[in-house]
Amino acid sequence: MTPDKQGGWFSRTEKGIVTETKDKKEVKDGLWYKCPKCREIITTEDHEKNLNVCPICGHHERIATKKYFELMFDNNQFTELAANIYSADPLNFTDTQPYKERIVKTMKKTGLKDAMTVAVGEVNGYGLVVAAMNFEFIGGSMGAVVGEKIARAADYSLEHRIPLMIMSKSGGARMMEAAISLMQLAKTSAKLNRLSEAKIPYISFCLDPTTGGTTASYAMLGDVNLAEPGALIGFAGPRVIRDTVGHDLPEGFQRSEFVLEHGFLDMIIERKDIKEKLGQLLKMFAS
Amino acid sequence: MILLEFEEPIAKLQEQLDKAIEIAEQADVDMSATIEELEHRIREKRREIYANLTPWQRVQVSRHPERPYTLRYMQALTEGDFAELHGDRNVKDDKAMVGGFGTINGETFMLIGQQKGENTKMRTYRNFGMANPEGYRKALRLMKLAEKFNKPIVTLIDTPGAYPGMEAEERGQGEAIARNIYEMLNLKVPVIVVIIGEGASGGALGIGVGDRVLMMENTWYSVISPESCSSILWRSWDFKQQAATALKLTATDMLELKLIDEIIKEPLGGAHTNPREAYDAVKAAILKHHAELKALDPVKRMDIRMDKYIAMGVYNED
Repeated sequence: MTPDKQGGWFSRTEKGIVTETKDKKEVKDGLWYKCPKCREIITTEDHEKNLNVCPICGHHERIATKKYFELMFDNNQFTELAANIYSADPLNFTDTQPYKERIVKTMKKTGLKDAMTVAVGEVNGYGLVVAAMNFEFIGGSMGAVVGEKIARAADYSLEHRIPLMIMSKSGGARMMEAAISLMQLAKTSAKLNRLSEAKIPYISFCLDPTTGGTTASYAMLGDVNLAEPGALIGFAGPRVIRDTVGHDLPEGFQRSEFVLEHGFLDMIIERKDIKEKLGQLLKMFAS
Repeated sequence: MILLEFEEPIAKLQEQLDKAIEIAEQADVDMSATIEELEHRIREKRREIYANLTPWQRVQVSRHPERPYTLRYMQALTEGDFAELHGDRNVKDDKAMVGGFGTINGETFMLIGQQKGENTKMRTYRNFGMANPEGYRKALRLMKLAEKFNKPIVTLIDTPGAYPGMEAEERGQGEAIARNIYEMLNLKVPVIVVIIGEGASGGALGIGVGDRVLMMENTWYSVISPESCSSILWRSWDFKQQAATALKLTATDMLELKLIDEIIKEPLGGAHTNPREAYDAVKAAILKHHAELKALDPVKRMDIRMDKYIAMGVYNED
């Protein structure tokens, strides 16, 4: 029997790498996690226990909204708001596939309705409305649903006089809703104006990545702007900038630490400290 | 006049017309009937072509190299009574964003817009109409100045986008645009926005929030250019025509989607064929809308503006 017929752990049925690049990073089903930054290998279990942060270099792996709610809200108790809004395909848009189909497929794959989940709960005893973006839903792109969910979140904040936090995790506006998604920048800003008039705190929390239309609207408009370490935060994407300037970008360019140094962030908060730091800020605003 | 590829049939007639004029001049023959006939045929051909422009062709007209740019409008609208103001008071004076006070029909307005260069040297000087953060901050400074002295604001949009450079990122391009959008929503003076050329994404919206948003007939406004959309969604640069159609970026589409308030008609063949006519049409539209807006209470006007944007968006709900 030749070695590759033995069914050994190293045998493969197909030649070459078949995993699509986009799927590569998210795969965490195995027993081992290899940090993309320092290449250290630890067990998935240990990695998850450490809130998906590499214990060696501190690299914050992207995590789902559900996990943020878990680590933030007291006893993981929260109520989801505006849960039944979903995309309407107002432009009847088709690229390589109809937008309608893309939406249905993405809903099925992610179990989410769109790129935004809104919930209200308490953080260390202080009420907080959280509108958190879902990157796994078409790159966390902002269309009319994201805009409307932010509007509803702000309305809830206004009505109950509870601070609002938006957690951005987005590649920008959703192309398949074209100018309608562009106008969500203005729509959400109008709602933030209303909050401001009512003197209700608005916290922007930038996660990896926060780019495009998100950065050009609510992500940069917080009374305080926060971020996780190492998150990509910028208006233009690194590829576009590289093509414009014609050379590679320096290490750390457009990362949280860089953005803070240039004066656009108030604080960088490690994942394990989110609850405590948020609680502290909410206390400051409240007392 | 530079003709676009789809204007090819006009080019042939134009050639014949030029020849007829030449013969008339040189041989001293009466060619007036022929010339008139050819002129008529050019007009008819142009009418035929322009009645059926595809979205991508509109994009091409909006970028026509002879199309009048912002400062031309500012000069024409104010009949030369225009005082350009400079600088954001922080970093520098962005040449891709211009603005200043000007009088239209005896009333002072603040005029602001992106500026493209008219020749190779000026195109670089104006950074192809792509503003840096200081451009947006200069625009905001001028808007606040207008508000302080209760002057209405007119913005003229013509940009392929905000500049995607390293320094732009360092100085907060996203924050600058976000701040403008936010602040423009609560300006206490009337704000009229006119898209006179290209309305590309956040770079356009950064001076594009207003009580009234008007688009000239041969302009486009969307979240991304058809070329970039093609490259991202189709993973190739070859689908710009399809992308232009899919994005619903023409003035007619935008009016149907209720994202703009009015279309300003251009002279047949585009604003560059008869700039005077284009300036007059823009001026008439500005004056009409200003008269309506001026009559409103400032706070009420602001509320209407905010509610207009809050209502934008189509979605389903179970």
